[in-house]
Amino acid sequence: MMKVNSEEKHSDPFKVERLEWERQQRKERYKKVLTICSPVFLLLLWEFLSRTGLIDARFFPPPSDIVGTLVAMGMSGELFQHIGVSLYRIFAGFLFGVIPGIVVGLLMGLYSPIRHFISPIVMALMPIPTLALLPLIIIVFGIGDASKIVTIAGSVFFPVVINTAAGVMNIDGIYLDVAKNYGASPKDHFFKIALPGALPVMMEGVQMGQAIALLTIVAAEMMGAASGIGYLIWTSYKAFMIQEMFVGLIMISFFGYLFSVLLRILQSKLIPWR
Amino acid sequence: MSGKPKIQIENLTKVFYKKDSRVVALDRVSLSVSDGEFICLVGPSGCGKTTLLRILAGLETPSAGSYTISRGKQERPLQSMVFQEQGVIPWLTVRENVAFGLKMRKLPKKVVNERTAYYLEKTGLSPYASLYPKELSGGMKQRVSIARAFANDPEILLMDEPFAALDEQNKFILQEELLAIWSETKKTVLFITHSIDEALLLADRILLMSAQPGQFVKEIKVSLPRPRTMEQVRADPEMAKQFVDIRKHLQEEVQRSRK
Ligand SMILES: Nc1ncnc2c1ncn2[C@@H]1O[C@H](COP(=O)(O)OP(=O)(O)O)[C@@H](O)[C@H]1O
Ligand SMILES: [Mg+2]
Repeated sequence: MMKVNSEEKHSDPFKVERLEWERQQRKERYKKVLTICSPVFLLLLWEFLSRTGLIDARFFPPPSDIVGTLVAMGMSGELFQHIGVSLYRIFAGFLFGVIPGIVVGLLMGLYSPIRHFISPIVMALMPIPTLALLPLIIIVFGIGDASKIVTIAGSVFFPVVINTAAGVMNIDGIYLDVAKNYGASPKDHFFKIALPGALPVMMEGVQMGQAIALLTIVAAEMMGAASGIGYLIWTSYKAFMIQEMFVGLIMISFFGYLFSVLLRILQSKLIPWR
Repeated sequence: MSGKPKIQIENLTKVFYKKDSRVVALDRVSLSVSDGEFICLVGPSGCGKTTLLRILAGLETPSAGSYTISRGKQERPLQSMVFQEQGVIPWLTVRENVAFGLKMRKLPKKVVNERTAYYLEKTGLSPYASLYPKELSGGMKQRVSIARAFANDPEILLMDEPFAALDEQNKFILQEELLAIWSETKKTVLFITHSIDEALLLADRILLMSAQPGQFVKEIKVSLPRPRTMEQVRADPEMAKQFVDIRKHLQEEVQRSRK
C-alpha cells in the first residue's frame, strides 16, 4: 500500500496536484448548482402541485400565474406606486433610526456616565415592539408616511444603538493605549479609534436593522395605511385577490434580498481591513 | 551632554488595589538615566517591568514617588511606546500607522509625509506601505510599531518586550535594525526583555529586577564596544560570564517568587 502510494506520487507531482485542484473546482461548481437548484426546485414543485390540484390553487396559485399578475400590475403602474411609497418610508425610517443609533451608541460606548444614564432607558424601551405602539403613533402622526417612518425608525434604532455601544466597548484596550500614548485629541479618538474600531459590530446592527425595517413596514402598512406593499398585501387578501397578495410577498422577499446584498457590499467597502 | 539626567525616577511605588487583592508591583524604585543611554530591564515575569514603562508612558499613575523626563527640544513629545504586541492599529494602513503619532500632533503634511517615508524606508516597509496589518507577518508588524515610535521623534523610547513573540531569525534581523536606527538617532531607550542575549547585545546598562515587589537589585554595565553583533556577544568571554551571572540571578528570583 505504502509503495503504491509513493510510486503514484513519484510519477508526476504536478499531475497529482492538478487532478486534486480540478476535483476541488468540480466540488465548488457542484455547491453553486445546489444553491441555485433549491429555489428552482421549490417553484417547480409548487407549480406542479398547484396545476394538478394536489394543493388548492385558490390559495396557492401556480407561480407562472403569479408572474403573469406581476407583469400586469407592473404594466398598469399600480405596483410601482406601492413599491415607491414603501421604499420611501423604509429609507427615511431606516436613516432616522440608524443615524441617531450610531451617534448615541458611540457616545454610550465612549463615555461611561452617558452609558450608565442611557442604558436603563434603552433596556426598558427595547422589549416593547414598536408595532405595539403603532396605534399611539398613528394618533400622533396620522396614517400617512410620518407614522410609518417613525415606527421603522423606532424599530431600527435599538439594534443599532446596542451594537454600536458594544462595538466601541469591545475595541481592544491596547488601541486606546496607543491613541493615548501618541497624544490623540478627543476628536481624533472619536474618529480614528472609536468609530472605525466599532464599525464591524456596528454594521451587524445595521444589517439587523435593515431586516427589522422590512418586517415593520409590512406590518405597519397592513395596520393603518392607504398605500404601500403591506397595504397591497392586506387589501388583496381581504378582497380574496390571492395572486396580487403573492405579488406583494414576492416584492418583500426581493427587496429583503437586495438590501442585504447592498449592505454587504457597503460593509466590505467600509471595512477593507478585515 | 549635560550632567542632567534624561530620566529621573525617585522612589516610584505602584500598588494595584482591588477588593480582595493588593499587589505591590513596584516598591520604591529609583533610577537615573543619562541622555542617549540604552537601558535594558530584565526580571522575572510579574516583577513590574510593564508597570514601570506604562507609568513613564503616562498610561498609569504612580501610587507614590515621582519621575521626570527632561525635555530637550520644545516641540518634541516626551515619550513613545512600542507595545509588546497588537499595538499596530488594524484599520489603518502601514503608512497611516507609522504616521499616527505625527498626525496626532498635527504636524504639517509635508513633515508628516517626509518622516513617514524615511522610516518606512529604514525599516524596509516601503513596499508594504499601503497594506493593512492583517496582511503582514509578526515581524513586519513589529517593524511598523518601531517605525511609528521613531518617526514620532520622542525624547525617550519605551519598548516592552518588542521582539518576544518573534522567531529567532526575525528577532536577530530586527535587533540589528533597531541598533542601526538607534545609533543614528541616539535616543534614550528603556527596553524590557527576558532574553539575556538580547540585553547584552543592545544595552549600555542592564538593570536586574527582583520578583514581586519589583525593585532594582543589580546593575550591569556592558563594556563590549559598539557596533556589536550577536556573534561578538556569543564569542566574548566577559559576556559569557555576565550571561551566567544574569541567568543565575533570574533563576534565584524565580525560585524565590515560587516560595
Ligand atoms: N491593571 C492591573 N490590575 C491589577 N494588577 C495588575 C495590573 N497590572 C499589573 N498588575 C500586577 O502587577 C504585577 C506586575 O505586572 P507587570 O508590570 O505586568 O509585570 P511584568 O511586565 O514584569 O511581567 C503583576 O503581579 C500583575 O499581576
Ligand atoms: Mg510585561
